[in-house]
Amino acid sequence: MKEQKEIRPPRWATHLLSWYCKPELLEDLQGDLNEYFERNVKSKGTRRAKLIYITDVFKFFRFYTVRKPEFVNLLINWIMIGSYIKTSGRNIVRNKLFSAINIVGLSISMSVGLLLIAVVSDILSYDKFNENHSRIYRVITKYKYLNENENTFASTSLRAAKVIEENFPPEAMAIFKDNWSADLKFSEKTIPLKGIWANESVFKVFSFRLLKGNPSTALKEPYSIVLTETSAKKLFGNNEALNKIVEWDKVQYTVKGIMEDVPQFSHVHFDMLASLSTEENLQKNDKDFSSWKNMWSTWVYLLLPANTDIKSLEDKLYKISVKENTTIQNTTLNLKLQPLDNIMLGLDHSNQIGGVMGNSMLWIFSGLAFVVILSACFNYTNLSIARSLRRTREVGIRKVIGALKSQVIYQFIVEAILISLTSLVMAIALFLLLRPFFLSVEESLKNTLLLQLSPAIVVYFVLFAIVIGIAAGFFPSLFFARVNVIQALKDFSSNKSFKKLTIRRALIVFQYCISIILVTSTVIIYKQYKHFVTFDLGFRTQNILNISLKGNKAELLRKELSELPEVKLISQSAMITSIGSYWGSNMKYTSPDDSAMVYHNTVDENYLPLHEHKLLAGRNFNTKVADSVMETEIIVNQSVLKRFNIANQNPAKAIGEIVKLDGKNVMIIGVMQDFQYGKVDSRAGANEVILRYAPKKTHWLNVKIESTDILAAYGKIELAWKRVDPVHAFDAKFYDDQIENSFAGIKASVKVAGFIAFLAISIASLGMLGMVVFTTETRLKEISIRKVLGASEMGLLFLLGKGFIILLLVATVIALPITYLFFDRILFQEIANHAPIAAIDLTVGFSLVSALALMMILLQALKATRTSPAEVLKNE
Amino acid sequence: MKGTNLGEFEELVLLTIAALLNEAYSVGICDELERQTKRSVKLGVVHAVLNRLEEKGLVKSKLGEATQTRGGKRKRYYSITSSGKAALVKSKEVRDQLWSMIPELSLKRI
Repeated sequence: MKEQKEIRPPRWATHLLSWYCKPELLEDLQGDLNEYFERNVKSKGTRRAKLIYITDVFKFFRFYTVRKPEFVNLLINWIMIGSYIKTSGRNIVRNKLFSAINIVGLSISMSVGLLLIAVVSDILSYDKFNENHSRIYRVITKYKYLNENENTFASTSLRAAKVIEENFPPEAMAIFKDNWSADLKFSEKTIPLKGIWANESVFKVFSFRLLKGNPSTALKEPYSIVLTETSAKKLFGNNEALNKIVEWDKVQYTVKGIMEDVPQFSHVHFDMLASLSTEENLQKNDKDFSSWKNMWSTWVYLLLPANTDIKSLEDKLYKISVKENTTIQNTTLNLKLQPLDNIMLGLDHSNQIGGVMGNSMLWIFSGLAFVVILSACFNYTNLSIARSLRRTREVGIRKVIGALKSQVIYQFIVEAILISLTSLVMAIALFLLLRPFFLSVEESLKNTLLLQLSPAIVVYFVLFAIVIGIAAGFFPSLFFARVNVIQALKDFSSNKSFKKLTIRRALIVFQYCISIILVTSTVIIYKQYKHFVTFDLGFRTQNILNISLKGNKAELLRKELSELPEVKLISQSAMITSIGSYWGSNMKYTSPDDSAMVYHNTVDENYLPLHEHKLLAGRNFNTKVADSVMETEIIVNQSVLKRFNIANQNPAKAIGEIVKLDGKNVMIIGVMQDFQYGKVDSRAGANEVILRYAPKKTHWLNVKIESTDILAAYGKIELAWKRVDPVHAFDAKFYDDQIENSFAGIKASVKVAGFIAFLAISIASLGMLGMVVFTTETRLKEISIRKVLGASEMGLLFLLGKGFIILLLVATVIALPITYLFFDRILFQEIANHAPIAAIDLTVGFSLVSALALMMILLQALKATRTSPAEVLKNE
Repeated sequence: MKGTNLGEFEELVLLTIAALLNEAYSVGICDELERQTKRSVKLGVVHAVLNRLEEKGLVKSKLGEATQTRGGKRKRYYSITSSGKAALVKSKEVRDQLWSMIPELSLKRI
């Protein structure tokens, strides 16, 4: 029986009903619904009854039941805003410390939010310069090799473009092919330009403005190019550029158009366009050129009519893909469409035509910003409720005079918004201060984002501040709205509301958890970065300068450089190992079925000694082979012996063995120790490595420098470069720097995580300061009496600090395991060769955060215990 | 003009109120209608009709005493006003008149 009595209709539905219903109809209606509810509980069961009750509440939302907004109330609210602002202002001024804590905390966290808003708005404005941006779609390709995982590529094949054109021609179709760099020559001048092959419809699909020339024909004929304004100025100065003949790779091209520079917010960037028909002419004999499988460097954009059904178009594309897939083996390709507006923010496809933001990074950044903002809002909530003691009287009197609950809520939210708007001013200043640092966190950011303060952005900022104000003021306002008038006015020393500490404790624990997690993560990531950068690769990289040859003859530069006394040794290589480049070739040993991919680098005879690779058996390459055309010798590493089980993995016996490399027989002349060929953190370990000998096919010069003044030596080498090649900029980096650069992503995340951790700690500390000040102030009398009765200073310190220290410990106990598990179980699963997490890494964050907190507690507590009891107690 | 004429359902509700005497409140009317017409009657509809009848001045209502049931909410009892009575009488007269015009023979033939 007892249980039956407790069944009640859902409370929120009852509240909803009483909120919207006219007061004169309410009681009867509630009664009716209750009567039905009781009946339904008996006949249909509790769950059905509740459901019926809820639907009935919604059903009764009718014209005749709904309460009309009362004009008088609106008017009163309007008049009261002035009063709210006045009292809020007075309150802010009266509690300078608390207001300062709130404003500083909010503005710090808001500056991060502002950065985020600016970033998002920049990214959303990408490609919007195109008039028809909402109707442009990119053809992307899903690539699947046998049963491996499917990959999505932003590129597609020329064949795909052709098939689409034949089967269902779109309004216009733009094709870009290959990203290259070209040395354009006009009379005596040569400048390197970044260019793309493009068809004539590029100007129809995209809104690139052509200043001179005819947009519909400029890129039609073979051997025609379109220059951007800037590159035309570079090549021709102020002279007329149109219809001039320029030379590139001994072929002559006509300048058929000059276009405005590509807008900053475009995902495609280039200095020049050359007609696609040229490339079609040049590659006429290459069967692979327009094959279905060659989908690596063609980007196709369709301009579709406004009401196109994308789904059915994709179905048609699927049918085409199925048909075309019959012409290739082992691979399935599937064409899809991606809206242009989605490219910058969309999924991280491979083979992008230009840099994209990728949404994963944005999500992480948003998450961190959200946590920091939440933390600052908690400060506000915490301090407001803590200080409620002093505000309850005001609220009590307001209520006695006739303030409604809603009006009290309104008042406190207005106050919070006022504070958040004040913070906004500081936050914008901080934002301007942070902007250059943020953009330099990673190199690519500078090219993709501007973060300008436009009027629209400022409007977003203000809206953001108002939302933050509402979020921060929401809980305190509810709290004050519930204040019991009689209790508030009777005697506030026995105020019960102050004892509701759990929520405030939870908020403090949350803030400290976040701080500890962020600090610990920063420490761990930084340690990984150091670990990767100083990793023992199996060869030496110190003082080696890698110079990109840029198509120059190696001998010329070598001759110039060898005259410098600082240069100790020079070698050549096709690529630089350990920084994330991979070159593969196919290898077979005795068994004809067992072929495997091995990674290779093509080098000269100085490469091994210069990098101090260890030869286990055999010899280095001989110089004399340089002249012969046939490749006959290779050096392999131990893993190759292991993979093919050559000579029972005995290096000495493997010398002289013949293997098949890309179909040709070559002899193993040396076996070297395994070294790190791929990037250190890459899980796809490139273990089997061979070195091939072909000085003619190299792209890099590795220069070992021995000098006390490395910078001066670098300057001399640069001068030597200028003598050999005046056209191209000197592109050389020290090997160690290249390795560091290859981990720029990790470095950037250390910076961002460190910065956010710093903010989180500042905000948590501010909040802690506020709480400590408040507690000591309210307990001043208690402390004085204890002192009079003979309490020791140490005892008092312990008494005041105890509660906070427990909270800190709880936060630590929650935060450290979370951090450890996150790195150990989730993040490190993806990363090879990571450094283990040491106990010391975990304690750094904790000690830092608690040292700060303890210092604050100690200072405030000392201040309280040092006050003379006579001063405090004489008023009573 | 709508105010002067009774709809079919309005008339039924009005008649029920008259018939139930002192027990005419929303849920009671609803139950009685269900019993008499043998069809399901939705509370929402009855509620809307009661509201409309009161607006037209055909019924008047007052709140009853609070009881243990209904979650302690009071019932709103409806009673018929004189204009309500007039409207009922008038619609009955119209019907009677029409009935009287039908010769008995022609009805039997159907």
